[in-house]
Amino acid sequence: MNKIKTILKKEWAEVFKNRMVLFSVLFMPLLFTALPLIFLYTTRDVGMSEGSAELPAQFTRICSPELSSSACFQVFMAYQMMLLFMMMPLIIPVNIAAYSIVGEKTTRSLEPLLATPITTLELVAGKNLAASIPAVLATWIGFTIYLVGAWLIVRNPAVMKALADPMWLLAVIVVGPLLAILSTNFSIMISSRVNDPRVAEQLSAVVVLPLLAVFFGQFAGLFFLNSLIILWTAIVLLLIDGGMLSLAIRLFERENILTRWK
Amino acid sequence: MIHTENLTKRFGAVLAVDQLSLDIQEGEVFGFLGPNGAGKTTTVRMLTALISPSGGSASVLDYRLGVQDMEIRRHVGILTETPGLYDNLSAEYNLEIYAHLYEVKRPREQVEKYLKMLGLWDRRHDEVGTFSKGMRQKLAIARALLHEPRLLFLDEPTAALDPEAARLVRDFIEDLRKEGRTIFLCTHNLDEADRLCDRIGVFKTRLLIVDTPSRLRSQVFGRKVVFHLRQADESLRAQVAAMTFVHEAILVDHRLLITLDDPEMHNPEIVRLLVSQGAEIQFIGELRHSLEDVYLQLVRNA
Repeated sequence: MNKIKTILKKEWAEVFKNRMVLFSVLFMPLLFTALPLIFLYTTRDVGMSEGSAELPAQFTRICSPELSSSACFQVFMAYQMMLLFMMMPLIIPVNIAAYSIVGEKTTRSLEPLLATPITTLELVAGKNLAASIPAVLATWIGFTIYLVGAWLIVRNPAVMKALADPMWLLAVIVVGPLLAILSTNFSIMISSRVNDPRVAEQLSAVVVLPLLAVFFGQFAGLFFLNSLIILWTAIVLLLIDGGMLSLAIRLFERENILTRWK
Repeated sequence: MIHTENLTKRFGAVLAVDQLSLDIQEGEVFGFLGPNGAGKTTTVRMLTALISPSGGSASVLDYRLGVQDMEIRRHVGILTETPGLYDNLSAEYNLEIYAHLYEVKRPREQVEKYLKMLGLWDRRHDEVGTFSKGMRQKLAIARALLHEPRLLFLDEPTAALDPEAARLVRDFIEDLRKEGRTIFLCTHNLDEADRLCDRIGVFKTRLLIVDTPSRLRSQVFGRKVVFHLRQADESLRAQVAAMTFVHEAILVDHRLLITLDDPEMHNPEIVRLLVSQGAEIQFIGELRHSLEDVYLQLVRNA
């Protein structure tokens, strides 16, 4: 455990001196938190006095009948925006993890590191946590700011109730960290196989595609996330994370890395 | 300390290390010489349990390679070919990381000890990226010593250093030798190997020869003694050449170059013969081949 902590602290000390990484960790949460708040602010007055008629078909699945169509639109868009808080834990670790392994490769610091009595599990776990924790914290902080901001901005109690649905708490508090671990493991696997941090980042970014599918699926009204889907997602992600960690450790071939990296 | 038997490493079709059999004793400084691509670094990586051998067996500090790899890593120190330091972290923090990874009991004290010993204490808070090559190399040596290993692998410790920095590093290796540490030294610098090593192994995919530097010279070239005479002629040379222990006698101007195995034993007999033949000996000296000559001869013939 001490060695994991040592790697974790080393990673943070090193990675956060890289301006690009620091920028991505700070800028993305700011942007992804600001966007939904800006949307809520610009639409804050809608839905206060209108009737409940004329709800588009895809909205009706998430809106209660007492909501007006414009209020329902606000909820619908908020649903889409909430996906940003699931995107954050997927994207932020990609920058950190990709830099973390390929950075070691370019500075040739991995050989002395691997010569110490550290296991691959300790090394991968340290790097994994170093990438996941900032992403999770940034997401949670961003989400908290969003909720407080929404509470200050939204005037329709029914809309506020929909935004603070426990389903989203489950998504951000439980699914978020699981997504971060998934993304980190994926990035570690990619970056232990390529030589360029940019290539590692680009390939690792593929991990965000399934979430984009959810985004567009919801937007088209094909389905909407609900508590059951989120719960199942958490269970499936837990299993995938276990498998990915094991795979990341197996793919982290010390010999291959030392002898093939140029 | 190190025992290998037919240790072999292949990378696909490429044979990097071919049946290396070697014994290195405690307290010995062993020089591992060979051209680029000879397999020296691969050998070091195998012996430090960084990569696994394709064949043969080895024990390092009595730990079996391939079975007790973690123990090997725990107990040996390694200076890799490139320092591999974290450039944007301070010198002190670079060492602290490794002190923790090597499970050093008093990490701060050890870090302080080696930073002071290597003259880096005043720069401990500076980022390593601002250090000169010599300072970086010293820091990497300090890193290899933090856990006080009895066996140290140094892969090209003075490569790419200016003469002053190289001398500092060499002096430090000399100090480590005096402490009784066993050192496996990969180097291109033959003068360095000659001065620091108890024994030298010349390696080019396979081990060509192992011996002390002086015996290597005599094994490869024989020992040559030069007799400076006031006057010399062919008959004198022929009489010396006829002596049973003389391999070769060459006359160059008034100098007689004699190749033999044991000058200490046979020089007096040669002197007696020359004096009895009326030769006037001005002085006698041994013609020493440099280790470079030995190395080049061996590697070219390999």
